[in-house]
Amino acid sequence: MIAELGLAALWLAAALAALQLVCGALAARTEGEGSEVALITRPAAVLQGALAAFSFAMLIWVFAITDLSVKLVATNSHAMKPMVFKIAGAWGNHEGSMLLWVTVMALAGGLIGFAERRLPERTMQATLAAQGFVALGFYAFLLLSSNPFERLPIPALEGMGLNPLLQDLGLAFNPHTLYFGYVGLWVAFSFAVGALITRQVTPDFARAMRPWVLGAWVFLTLGITAGSYWAYYELGWGGWWFWDPVENASLMPWLAATALLHSAGVLAARDALRAWTIMLGVVAFSMSMVGTFLVRSGILTSVHAFAVDPERGSFILILLAIYIGGALLLFALRAGTVAEGERFAPASREGALVFNNVMLSAILAIVLLGTLYPLLTEAFDVRVSVGPPYFNPVGAIFVVPMLLVMAVGPLLRWRHDSLSRIGREIALLAALVLASLMLISIVGEVALLPLLGLALAGVVAVGSVLPLRGRTLRRVPLVTWGMVIAHLGIAVALFGMASDSAFTRERLAALAPGQAAEVGPWRVVLNDVAPVAGANWTALQADLQASYQGGKSISLRPETRTFWAPSQATTESALATRWNGQLYAVIGEEADQGRWQIRLWWKPFVTMIWFGGMLIAFGGVLALIGRLSTDLKRRTVTRRAAARRAETRALLPEPAE
Amino acid sequence: MNRWRLWVPLLLFLGFVGLAGVMLAKPKSEFVESRMVGQELPYFALRPAAPDRPGLASADYKEGQPRLLNIFASWCLPCAAEAEQLRRLAEQGAVIDGIAIRDKPADVAAFLARYGNPYRAIGADDLSEVQLALGSSGVPETFVIDGRGRITYQHIGDIRAEHVPILLEKLEEAGA
Repeated sequence: MIAELGLAALWLAAALAALQLVCGALAARTEGEGSEVALITRPAAVLQGALAAFSFAMLIWVFAITDLSVKLVATNSHAMKPMVFKIAGAWGNHEGSMLLWVTVMALAGGLIGFAERRLPERTMQATLAAQGFVALGFYAFLLLSSNPFERLPIPALEGMGLNPLLQDLGLAFNPHTLYFGYVGLWVAFSFAVGALITRQVTPDFARAMRPWVLGAWVFLTLGITAGSYWAYYELGWGGWWFWDPVENASLMPWLAATALLHSAGVLAARDALRAWTIMLGVVAFSMSMVGTFLVRSGILTSVHAFAVDPERGSFILILLAIYIGGALLLFALRAGTVAEGERFAPASREGALVFNNVMLSAILAIVLLGTLYPLLTEAFDVRVSVGPPYFNPVGAIFVVPMLLVMAVGPLLRWRHDSLSRIGREIALLAALVLASLMLISIVGEVALLPLLGLALAGVVAVGSVLPLRGRTLRRVPLVTWGMVIAHLGIAVALFGMASDSAFTRERLAALAPGQAAEVGPWRVVLNDVAPVAGANWTALQADLQASYQGGKSISLRPETRTFWAPSQATTESALATRWNGQLYAVIGEEADQGRWQIRLWWKPFVTMIWFGGMLIAFGGVLALIGRLSTDLKRRTVTRRAAARRAETRALLPEPAE
Repeated sequence: MNRWRLWVPLLLFLGFVGLAGVMLAKPKSEFVESRMVGQELPYFALRPAAPDRPGLASADYKEGQPRLLNIFASWCLPCAAEAEQLRRLAEQGAVIDGIAIRDKPADVAAFLARYGNPYRAIGADDLSEVQLALGSSGVPETFVIDGRGRITYQHIGDIRAEHVPILLEKLEEAGA
């Protein structure tokens, strides 16, 4: 019964999406305000959000009670699994995660229908119609090819478990954050399409879109940061980024969203970059869909194994072709008729932002090309894999100039400025680059890329706080704080990455109990290897005592786990975190004569990568709060002004007929 | 007016959709084929994996008779499933050698006692070294080796009933 309620709600929501599409499209066609069908569009969006949320709640419910007559529960859950993983299991699979994404999408659409009043109503109707159109495709996908509420003819006796690699709290919430990001980009996309349809590409459009892009960007940043950390400690290979298709699939929308964020800023503040912002709005959402397609269709292989299915792949590809192809066609037809925006000088804030936009787009193109290249060669029956030897140096060609301009850009004024005005700051930053390059190459032998990374990290860090100079910190707007902190986060993360690749020490040792190995400043003693058991797994656990430069010893317990439902082996690494880095330990196979393979890494400042990622996201949150509170304030002011006008009008005597 | 530039994104995107569509439609082989097919066997000399059978060395293959080389393990379920087909192959005159991957003698003996022993000789490959040298990516796999020690055919995965005639045919070709 519960499953049927969820399914019925989903069908109703789909019907409302169709209604929203039709009414929105009709209303957008009629010139002027006051079309009657327009009154239906917004409530349809709100109700659709409520129904989708209800449906998702029903799915969680059947997972919580482990209703084994529902196929999805039987294939993905198990009565003996801990409750939190039962619930996480609801979206730890293809169908559930699609329902989650549709739910978040419908809720976002409902919020826009309810609250967004800044744009001309005709553009809003076109936007809501575009949302209904895209949503309809996803409802069709969900209902026709991956129904999460499908019943089994005969209930199963026991569930088939959850992919043990996914049985991890971090991962239970990680796809979540990426979905929120994708939904934000979907909203930006629908605004872009709406504005294109009515040709009203205005600063107001950028202001309405910006919070969604900011929010999406925050979630994408968090998702990538968490995903990277997950790969780092769960895969047990000591690396934090593998240029794997799934990782690239999350990086590409982030790059596009970063570019969009900055170009929307220019459009909102200066009414420039109109067509470019629209284009990025389309590209950002395309990247999230292309990424989803690449991951889910299984046409590229990856370490982050998802259940793949070519049939679903074709479905996503068709949706992709309709929506993105349609939007790009609209762009090709309409963008030429969108009036050109304001002009600006090359040496200006806009100029720096355009430069960074171009660099970000180039990096995006490089990542996209590297991700798709194996697909392209495979069409000609050549199997290749593209990895760090391509991505790192080729990406660096564009990352390095981008970071340099990023350090200087925020110091420039809007519209027109001269570099000589900020000559002192530029000289300071240039001196800093040269000094750190020389200092680091004297101190130790470091490869070119990490060396550049270390030097640039310093420059970007200094450059990011320079906009605060000479200002009363308490009066600096929240949005500026957001920018400063996010840019600082880039510097911190970059420092972590460069430091990790420059200074990591690795050691593979075969140790018998009682023996010790040294890696960097650490001395690690193997005490014992013993079996341990968990709720649905057994493991071999090493008991290691690690001491940093002869200090107090810390206990580390890396494991190799074997899950029995379904049977699968995983590596659980053990970490000792200090302020200046992490010791990473993995237990391997049993070697001869009772010795065990122990793999150790000392990774100086590696944690800065994820700390930097969190700083970036935190900066985004501050900027978002700043924008939203300004918007709310402005809205209250306009409402009060309108009320006052109405009052004065009421007090005045009626004009004589 | 540079109107045509506005069409570039659409064209690129259509290229991607076309490529992805072609790749989706194309049946994808999940198996990694060995590059060793058509080449000489790599050198190896393995100790016996079972008490009543000799070990296996690459030198054994210079004797002029084509044979099957089956890579298996007692811990591998598909290997148990293909035992029946190996028995039939042996009945029809195929000479089969085995290589047991990462196995213990007692486990191999128990496996053979339970599922039958069609092997002439069984070598023990404790670290998968020979398996990797052969270009095999998993168990079970079966190679056809001709009388001069050259690999002529690779069968990936368990042998099902329909594969038996194919393997016999390949074996005959190798002997010709």
